[in-house]
Amino acid sequence: MSVPNVPVIELKSVAKSFGAVQVLSGVNFVAMAGQVTALVGDNGAGKSTLIKGIAGVQSYDSGTILFEGNEVQIKSPVDASNLGIEVVYQDLALCDNLDVVQNMFLGREVVRSISLDDETMEQKAIKTLAGLSVRNISSVRQKVSSLSGGQRQTVAIARSVLWENKLVILDEPTAALGVSQTKQVLKMVRNLADTGLAVILISHNMQEVLAVADRIHVLRLGQMVANVKASESNLNSIVSYITGAENLSISGEAAL
Amino acid sequence: MSKKQPQDSNQTHLDDENTSQVLTLKQEATNFLNGVRHGRMGSFPAVIGFLVLVVLFSFLSPVFFTQLNFANLLQQSAPLIILAMGLVFILLIAEIDLSAGVTSGLASAIFVVVLKNFGFPWWLSIILSLLVGMTIGVVIGIMVAKVGIPSFVVTLAAFLAFQGLQLMVIGQGGLYRVETPAILALENDNLSVGFGWALAIILVGFVLINGLVSRRRRTKNGHANRAISTLYFRVAITALVVFTSVYFLNLPRGSNPEFQLQGVPVAVLVVLVVLIPCTYLLNRTPFGIHVYAVGGNPEAARRAGINVSSLRIIIFMIGSGLASISGLMAASRVGTVDAAAGRTIVLSGVAAAVVGGVSLFGGRGKLTDAVVGGLVIAVIDNGLGLLSLPAGLNLAVTGGVLLMAATADALSRKHGTLTGR
Repeated sequence: MSVPNVPVIELKSVAKSFGAVQVLSGVNFVAMAGQVTALVGDNGAGKSTLIKGIAGVQSYDSGTILFEGNEVQIKSPVDASNLGIEVVYQDLALCDNLDVVQNMFLGREVVRSISLDDETMEQKAIKTLAGLSVRNISSVRQKVSSLSGGQRQTVAIARSVLWENKLVILDEPTAALGVSQTKQVLKMVRNLADTGLAVILISHNMQEVLAVADRIHVLRLGQMVANVKASESNLNSIVSYITGAENLSISGEAAL
Repeated sequence: MSKKQPQDSNQTHLDDENTSQVLTLKQEATNFLNGVRHGRMGSFPAVIGFLVLVVLFSFLSPVFFTQLNFANLLQQSAPLIILAMGLVFILLIAEIDLSAGVTSGLASAIFVVVLKNFGFPWWLSIILSLLVGMTIGVVIGIMVAKVGIPSFVVTLAAFLAFQGLQLMVIGQGGLYRVETPAILALENDNLSVGFGWALAIILVGFVLINGLVSRRRRTKNGHANRAISTLYFRVAITALVVFTSVYFLNLPRGSNPEFQLQGVPVAVLVVLVVLIPCTYLLNRTPFGIHVYAVGGNPEAARRAGINVSSLRIIIFMIGSGLASISGLMAASRVGTVDAAAGRTIVLSGVAAAVVGGVSLFGGRGKLTDAVVGGLVIAVIDNGLGLLSLPAGLNLAVTGGVLLMAATADALSRKHGTLTGR
């Protein structure tokens, strides 16, 4: 990391409304490289709207987006991916009938003259999975249809690392997984951040957020009600931020 | 073929792939049979079906298992196989083209009409008919991909409209004789004996060398290879089939001693000329991967940055282009073109693809499946015809075979979704 103290992405007082409904108002948000930044909140708190603005799916009405310290406009998913922002959606966008390597390189295949360069792609895929300490995929040449939910999530996340991204957004990566698979995916999320990427994790599971995140941002009714260090918070405090029992706005607190 | 994946995957390590995991031929066979049991059959049932039908008809008809009929069978199946290959592309992206048959007929009609009525040179007439065919595909593709009409409806409309167009091109009751030597050669001439052997050697040599080169590259990069015996097995099977066929076809088969009839039919060469580059396109290029991706999960393909609608348009263009080639082959075989040419072939084409193992649900299938399926459909037609059974039975049997193949496809898909996760 060249500039460790500049956030990879910083949102300054962004707002978004749909007609009369104010979905986001004056929200500040920061994600640092090498950290897992969790974004939590109840249904309808505005998590998806916040993320869609970063992913370029739906832009904010007002507010500033700083990417690595520079003000940027993210108008489309292409803008986002040009900046190095990758979103891993909840409904994993994988093709069952293709194998792991083909899925990881889909749309960005390595080509030698006009043929596919399978060996290079296979090697890169293996290296990437190994770099994330993935141990649950035995062959990168198996079809995705034969993989379990956790293995699919692994492939989807690994796909986002392959492309020199700077920011990876994970939307409920463990929602559909069992206990041991969740553990593996969370370990991978941690490894992802440890490689130097900024990771934004959206989750409903507070235990896993506390276990894996560095900082926790809590959205409630369109406002950022908390931005706390995971190590300094506990289940009760987070839940009370989410439900509004403890409505303490600490947006003035420094990011680090 | 993918290895069987253990349910509890915690113990398996990624590194295993590099160190061990060289499967022996016996293990490969076990894996293959496992795949068959779980519905990943490919064209395996069609191959078995073909062999069973050949044995059956050989017993029932004295004429069936002769050089003459073998060559005839290959020529008979060629237009169907080429049409079915076009349909494979379309089925792979989970679409259908009901107008492929009339497109083939229209292409042949345009060929004969511009040749005879406008006096175009034969080669220009061929190019023109293929261009018209491909344009039809582009129009259908735009209707499906950009306008968003289901391909079933678009191509049904095209099926009706192009019959009318073909009638207008040919004229009421019109019948054109095909006299162009180059077109007649497609379905009526044979390669010389030497050319036939050379072709056989090139084919088998290609399979062997391709396999060895790919192995060497994998070894150089430190990837695991499948057992060398698998390759030898494949080469041996290919060599057996190819050399036996060429030997058989190179025997004189004419009844007239004045006129020597022998050699591999040109139609076989035409099928290979279409099959090989198209297979390369599907298996070895990013475009091919994208075709399978769009068939498997269009949304995933779109998010991966693939231009799904232009891919769909290109696929319909390829399908209609191959249909046009099939139309010229059919014109060559029949020797005439009338207003009804190509009207009935489309369903046999879909049947050939599905019987060969191409999934109707998209994303699964190969071009060689169309070859095997086309041979099965042609052998039913040919064999039952020789037994001089009523024509109705022929259609009923073909329908039954198609239903069996579609059932296998649907069941394997169901099984796949049950065990997929």
